Parts: sequence; C-alpha cells; structure tokens
Amino acid sequence: MFWRETYIVFRRQLRMALRNPAWVIIGLVQPILYLVLFGPLLEPIAGQLGAQNAYTLFVPGLLVQLGLFGALFAGFGLIAEWRAGVIEAERVTPASRTALLLGRILRDVLQLFVQGIVLIGLAFLFGLTGSILGMVFGLILTVLLGAACAAASNALALTTKSEDVMAPVLNSIALPVLLLSGILLPMTIGPQWLQVVSDFMPTKYIVNAIRELFTGDFFTITTMWGVIWTIVLFAAGLYVGTRTFRKENA
Amino acid sequence: MIHARGLARTFAGRGRGKEKEEVKAVAGVDIDVEKGEIVGFLGPNGAGKTTTLRMLTTLLKPTAGTATVAGFDVATQSQEVRRSIGYVSQSGSTSPEARAGEEIMDHGMLYGISQKQAEARGRELFEQLDLDGLWTREPRAMSGGQRRRLDIAMGLVHDPTLVFLDEPTTGLDPQARANLWTHISDLRVRLGSTVFLTTHYLDEADALCDRILVIDHGSIVASDTPDALKRQISGDLVELVVTDAAQAGAAAELLARIADTGVDTDTTSVSARVRGAGHEIPGLIRALDAASIELESIEVRRPTLDDVFLTLTGRSLREDA
Ligand SMILES: Nc1ncnc2c1ncn2[C@@H]1O[C@H](COP(=O)(O)OP(=O)(O)O)[C@@H](O)[C@H]1O
Ligand SMILES: [Mg+2]
Repeated sequence: MFWRETYIVFRRQLRMALRNPAWVIIGLVQPILYLVLFGPLLEPIAGQLGAQNAYTLFVPGLLVQLGLFGALFAGFGLIAEWRAGVIEAERVTPASRTALLLGRILRDVLQLFVQGIVLIGLAFLFGLTGSILGMVFGLILTVLLGAACAAASNALALTTKSEDVMAPVLNSIALPVLLLSGILLPMTIGPQWLQVVSDFMPTKYIVNAIRELFTGDFFTITTMWGVIWTIVLFAAGLYVGTRTFRKENA
Repeated sequence: MIHARGLARTFAGRGRGKEKEEVKAVAGVDIDVEKGEIVGFLGPNGAGKTTTLRMLTTLLKPTAGTATVAGFDVATQSQEVRRSIGYVSQSGSTSPEARAGEEIMDHGMLYGISQKQAEARGRELFEQLDLDGLWTREPRAMSGGQRRRLDIAMGLVHDPTLVFLDEPTTGLDPQARANLWTHISDLRVRLGSTVFLTTHYLDEADALCDRILVIDHGSIVASDTPDALKRQISGDLVELVVTDAAQAGAAAELLARIADTGVDTDTTSVSARVRGAGHEIPGLIRALDAASIELESIEVRRPTLDDVFLTLTGRSLREDA
C-alpha cells in the first residue's frame, strides 16, 4: 500500500514536471553552463589546488551544489499545490502521509540523478578522469543529500505556506553553505579562520568525501566523515519532513 | 452520520509572549446529522465553518470535544473516517496545470481503487456532472463552475456515503450556482448520499437544505428546518406606502391594530410585522378605505433567513456577503 501510494504521488509529480519544458531544459542546462563557463577557469590553477585533474575537484562541488540548491527550492512547488488545495485533498484520503512526502521527494531525487549523470558524462568530454565506481558512490551521496534537502524544503514550505517567508530563509541558508562548503574552491586554500568556520559545515565533509571518491580513495577518514554526515542529514531531513506532513492529523 | 459534542478549536494567535491572543475559531458545537439529510452550515465569513469541517474530516485536531463521523471516531479511527467521506474544500483540489482526468484517477487511486476502476468511475462522474469532453482539459482552462464540479467529482470518486462541501458555490455566477444546486440535490437522489455543506448564502441554504445550523462567532445559534426558522420570526413584513405623508400617522394607527411588533414610520412608508398577514390584509385595506387614506402601494414579505439571522445575531448576513 505504502509504495503504491508513493508511486501514485511520484508519477503525478513527474508527469506534471515533464510537461513543463522549462523545468526540463533549465534542469539540464544548469550543469552544462557551469561546466562550460566555469570549468575552463579552474583548469590552469588545478595544480595549485592540489589536484591532478581539475574536474575531480570541480565536478563533486557542482554535484553537491545541484543536490543542495535544486532540492532546497523544491518546496516552492509545494506551496503552490497547497494553495490550490491539492495537499488538503490528498490528506483527506487514507493515503500514508509519508507517502505524500516521499513521492514528491523521489521526483526531486530523480531530477538530481539525471542532472548528475549528465554532468559527469559531459565532464568526461572535458577531460575528467578518475574512478568510475567512486563516481557512482559520489552520485549516491549527492542524491541522499538532495533527498534530505528536498524533505527539509517541503517541511519548511508546509510550515510557512508563504513564498515571501521562505525565500529569505532559504537564501540566508544557501549563501553561507555555498561559500563555506568549499563547493567551488577547496577550503584548504583559505586562511586559518575561514577553515575553522567551515569545519562546522557538514556539507564541506560531503564535498571533500565525494572528491576523494572521484579519485578512487574509498577508505579514508574524509570519506568516512562524508558518508556519516550524509546519512545524518538524510535521516534528519526525512524525520523533519514526515513529522510536518503528519502534523495536525487527528 | 455525524454526531459531535462540544467540538472546539482554538488557534494560537499572532503576537509574542503574553500578548499572544488566542483565536477561538470554534467554541464548542454540537452537531447531529442523520443519514440521507442535506444539512447546511450557515454563517458569515470567519464564523468557524471551515474549521468545523476540517475537524470533522480529520484534517485538524479538535482542542476539545468529540465527534463520530460515519460511525467512526475522528480522533481514534481517522483512517476509517477518511475512507467513508468525501470532502470538497473551499480552496479546490486540483493543480491548475494538471489534467482533469488524471487528477481524478490519481485521487481515486489514493483511496486504494484500481486504476481501471478509478478511470471508469471518473468518467461516469464527469458525465453526471456535465463535464463531458473535459477529461484532458487543465483546470486553469475551465470556468469557475466547471472547476467546482470537478472538485465535487474528485470528492465522489470513491463513492463516499457522506459528503462535505465547503462553500461549493462561492464566487460563481447565479446561473452556475443554480446549476450546481441541482447537482448537489441529485447526490441524494442518485447516490443516497448524506450532504453537509457550508455556505454564507441565505438563498442557497434555503433552496438546498433540509435543515440549517446557523453558526456565528464559533457557536451554533440556531438549528432547524428553513421554514421552522422563518416561523420563529413573528410574522410577515407588511409595508404600506401612502400618497400623502400627512396620512402616515393615521395609517400607522390602523396597522398597529393587527401588528405583532412596533410600527416603523418613515415619511410615507409605514411597516410592521404581522402574523398571518394574508388573513389580516383584506380587513386592513377596508379600514384604510373607510378612513379615506389613499394607498400608493402595499407589500407583504415572508420572513427570510436573513431576518432570522438578524434576529439571532443582531447583524444582517447580507452586509458582508
Ligand atoms: N490556521 C489558522 N490559524 C489561525 N487562525 C485561524 C486558522 N484557521 C482559521 N482561523 C480563524 O478562525 C476563525 C474561523 O475561520 P473559518 O473556520 O475559516 O471561518 P469560515 O469558514 O466560517 O469563514 C477566523 O477568525 C479565522 O481567522
Ligand atoms: Mg470557510
């Protein structure tokens, strides 16, 4: 029952997303633009940053960025649905509240997965080399992180029910996370104080772990911390998300 | 079908700390609705209609009181309640850019109906609710009346025995409203459904409902058939308009003899409530004639639900309708 309900919600979400060409095009063009417009800047200085291949440094950062931001803003769609009465209509059915959330998250996760594949595939053309298996694991971490963010975003959407409240909250979270996680440039090139601040950023460990995975280093402390943090965030996101979807029910 | 006792809901208001003001949206209501009835929940905006409905449909936890709906307790048997009821919310139920047929099928499937069955039932409902040919139409490209009928179809896809409709005709033009009324009455005829609907339209409650609960500021102030409610009002409103304002006083005196309330005089117009006005009017006209008071017009108005509401709450429903 639960999986059937999840599938019904997922299918509905995906169907509507695929009918919106803007959603498909923007989703695919985003990673391509980053690769084409930002990659070349990084190539000449990769050596200085301690990487043999600029793209094993760059692509993991982009993956995490996709995972974070694509998913963090997923909640906006939910507010529109709530306003149209869809959420209420679904909540009055006997369907599991968790399925209502999970079906939506799965759509975001699928989007992220496809974007990640496109990104990695394209990066090969630009000269990415590394461990294929590591890249697969890196993509899995990304997808889990994205699921956590999508769940949190949906929870925030259902709590605030207002784009005007949600946008500033998300932006004030997104910017420091982007800057302090070493997504575009590794934090190791920064001054001491910046590195210390960034130590408090779970996403920094995830980016670093994916970078190591890309180069084929599976069993390092860095990888371990990245995996742990991903699992912690994933569990926390799902917990908060389901709790919000269950709230107010008799 | 519905039995609620002392059902109440308080919302934490805005503001901080001690200034926080609580909103008593529903202040303990008792509701009884029997199988096959169409019952109207009538009250102005903000009276607590939606909040009550959301408690009865398991969408909102009551802060106090109990309710059984379709034989199940809303607090402890919410799954069973959800299976037995249909709910058409005030704000709609479909995404504007989805397709109508897919929305109703998905909705049916969330009730555990197979895809095939959901489609068959959906198409049948489309036919019954005059939505033929709109299966692949997007709700944003539908008229207000069509969208509302789609909402109702969504609420009926799993054949509920009890249907809740929250302001089903608000925002529709008179023709679409009258059309929807027929469909709502049909629910009982065709499906034997019990219908509990909210409205702030007096004519709607009057035309559609066997029984009306009047709610104001979160409390039920009256509950009866529309006719019985109107009978509570002492008499029909009789309004005389005299040609010569100087004769208004004399006309008022004659009217006062048969009136059950005080007589209001406003230059040439004289009015009062008269019980059984139909019987009294001929005598009144003879008396006016005998006193050579020249009448310009005479009007008799049966009590309306608005009069009922005015008497019960001291406010007219029309003002904020
Ligand atoms: N979620 C909520 N939070 C705070 N106040 C609410 C909420 N929902 C309704 N109210 C308040 O409760 C009162 C009753 O609202 P409602 O039941 O929607 O009235 P109606 O449906 O009769 O127009 C209103 O004063 C409204 O502002
Ligand atoms: Mg309402």
